[in-house]
Amino acid sequence: MPEDKKTPQLDELEKGPWPSFVTEMKRAAEKNAAAKDLLGHLERSYEDKKGHWKHGGIVGVKGYGGGVIGRYSDIPEEFPNLQAFHTMRINHPSGWFYTTDALREICDIWERHGSGLTNFHGSTGDIILLGTKTDELQPTFDELSDAGYDLGGSGSDLRSPSCCVGPARCEHACYDTLDMCYDLTNEFQDELHRPMWPYKFKIKMSGCANDCVAAIARADCSVIGTWRDTIVIDQDEVRAYAESGLDIQGIVCDKCPTRALHFHAETCELTVTPEDCSRCMHCINVMPKAIQPGKEKGATILLGGKSTIVKSAFMSWVIVPFMKMEAPYTEFKDLIRRIWDWWDENGKTRERLGELIYRVGMSRFLHEVGLPPVPQMVFRPRANPYVFWQEDEIEK
Amino acid sequence: MAKIDIGPPDYKKFLSPMIRKNYGKWKYHEYVKPGVIRHVAESGDTLYSIRIGSPRLVSIDFIRDICTLADEYCEGYLRFTSRNNIEFMTGDESKVEPLIEACKAKGLPVGGTGKSLSNIVHTQGWVHCHTPATDASGIVKSVMDDLYEYFIRDDLPAKLKVAMACCLNMCGAVHCSDIAILGVHRTAPVIKHEIIQKGTEIPTLVACCPTGAIRPDPKNKSVAVNEAKCMYCGNCYTMSPGMEILDAKNDGVAILVGGKVSNARSAPSFSRLVIPFLPNNPPRWPEVTAAVRNIVETWIKYARKGERVGEWIERIGWERFFTLANIPFSEKCIDDYIFSRETFRTSAAFKY
Repeated sequence: MPEDKKTPQLDELEKGPWPSFVTEMKRAAEKNAAAKDLLGHLERSYEDKKGHWKHGGIVGVKGYGGGVIGRYSDIPEEFPNLQAFHTMRINHPSGWFYTTDALREICDIWERHGSGLTNFHGSTGDIILLGTKTDELQPTFDELSDAGYDLGGSGSDLRSPSCCVGPARCEHACYDTLDMCYDLTNEFQDELHRPMWPYKFKIKMSGCANDCVAAIARADCSVIGTWRDTIVIDQDEVRAYAESGLDIQGIVCDKCPTRALHFHAETCELTVTPEDCSRCMHCINVMPKAIQPGKEKGATILLGGKSTIVKSAFMSWVIVPFMKMEAPYTEFKDLIRRIWDWWDENGKTRERLGELIYRVGMSRFLHEVGLPPVPQMVFRPRANPYVFWQEDEIEK
Repeated sequence: MAKIDIGPPDYKKFLSPMIRKNYGKWKYHEYVKPGVIRHVAESGDTLYSIRIGSPRLVSIDFIRDICTLADEYCEGYLRFTSRNNIEFMTGDESKVEPLIEACKAKGLPVGGTGKSLSNIVHTQGWVHCHTPATDASGIVKSVMDDLYEYFIRDDLPAKLKVAMACCLNMCGAVHCSDIAILGVHRTAPVIKHEIIQKGTEIPTLVACCPTGAIRPDPKNKSVAVNEAKCMYCGNCYTMSPGMEILDAKNDGVAILVGGKVSNARSAPSFSRLVIPFLPNNPPRWPEVTAAVRNIVETWIKYARKGERVGEWIERIGWERFFTLANIPFSEKCIDDYIFSRETFRTSAAFKY
């Protein structure tokens, strides 16, 4: 950037208690010309109130159709080091666990080949290596691959699956989210690296209904840990909570969405009507020492989550109320392959799975993918009576 | 030739010995104080997780600094969270306070646990995105500076999750957040036919419009926009640079509230539009910061213990929310897209 380019607006964002991304950009700028240009480039956007990046071209590495986001400045005369400034997505380890050796290895490789700026992490979950030139993409990838890392997904493919912290640290996890995420990512490498579908597809795995990776909010396929028997209550711990002053009736029982819990104040006993419990996790959240998930664990599978474009944001909806979720996840993989085949066959360009099901109807989806209709799929049945009947269902 | 299709590293190599020992055998957890969670395993082992806020956009030297801390206090193990925080984990209680002090000395905020404001999930914005209506990092820094006290306390009515997206693509779970900050455009695209002619797929461009506002324009070998139908979502700009939607004079920010992702107590819910437009005023977006603070403070003042923002609003009614928060209601808050009818109040039981 021009040597005398000052960045007063960005400098202002170095003040204040929250850690500053501007400070981080300046740290990278000390060592890297592209990062230095990026500071001036961003200041220009602050002055112009406008972005200055062109639509990305197709760039990548050998053997893959995705994993790299092409990015070019629309003012390269002023910021020549941003003429090409691409992003590489590096598939993260399950649960975002790292050793310091691993992180330093990635930092060292990136220092040699790129701007030195990163996102830990991108919203889908990958490590984002922010900004490098076209001819550095292959060398960077080669070094990362030799060190045991791979690119994540981008484009009309399977995006990098993500999961919650799971059984590594959370007592709520109803299945091994970390293992399933790792397993699926390895199983579906082809789908991940080679865009072949109508549009993107995201799988997210949460160990319980708290859904700490927001799977229902944004995954085409959400796997939410659950159980099919009854919560386990330790009455000694219930008494301990009561004696510590917790308002069990008010905070726990009254907030149970299905009024399944009953607190008998005289005996300090908490009981549940098993068939009324909807396994929402609230009581477990409040009294983790006293209440645990049931023993017959597995997961609920929901489909259809996505963000706003095109047909509005969707949350994913129940397709399979309960499936055992144990390695090698054969039943899940069979189902997801049938779903992908059906979506690939019937989806329009850039039509997400949820939008396709909305367009053609659940009836057709269930028939063609081979899933039984169950009332758990809906909050309530249809009110409008515009029902389709098949040829073989009527008398001629 | 480098190996391809090797997938990510095996997470198991990155788990500390204590975590591997107690994997799947955790018993309960407790919130010790802001930023510190204690997990106790069936074996009796205790693991402390110390959560640190991060700007997400970080230099490799930041990562190296974090590694130095993890080496000194956590035997070289650490993780990141789904909201871009960092978690240092140790089984040694005596390391907790020194680690907290070391983090504070480096300007790293310790918090974001329990009933606190966590980190703001956000997108690339002007830093790197090709379709932004605003900057993300700048707004996040401004809002987190302003609401910093709520990150380092854990006694709010409930968790508070704020997310920011620089455009309607919403690359994150903005649409299901307690408070969502969303970059928006307000003017129809300016069509550059010569760019469209060069390489845009016309049918895909026509099909991408949520309201069907785009039609082919064979005379110009391009497209035309019915501006009355256009609500400036910018998806056409994503499909073709010839549909120029960035408008420095009119782009800005909308605020939505009331979403949540968890199933606890109530079903996951969408964030809903309460403020259609606030201007882009970098570097600190004072109007946005003030609007978010107002909503947070109103919620803290009126919500009952345990009520997320959306749960509080559903209990008191949206009409009361607009009054209590002193936010003017606009016809722009009323849905007019394909699922609008479900939001209309088909009941006479409302509050004045």
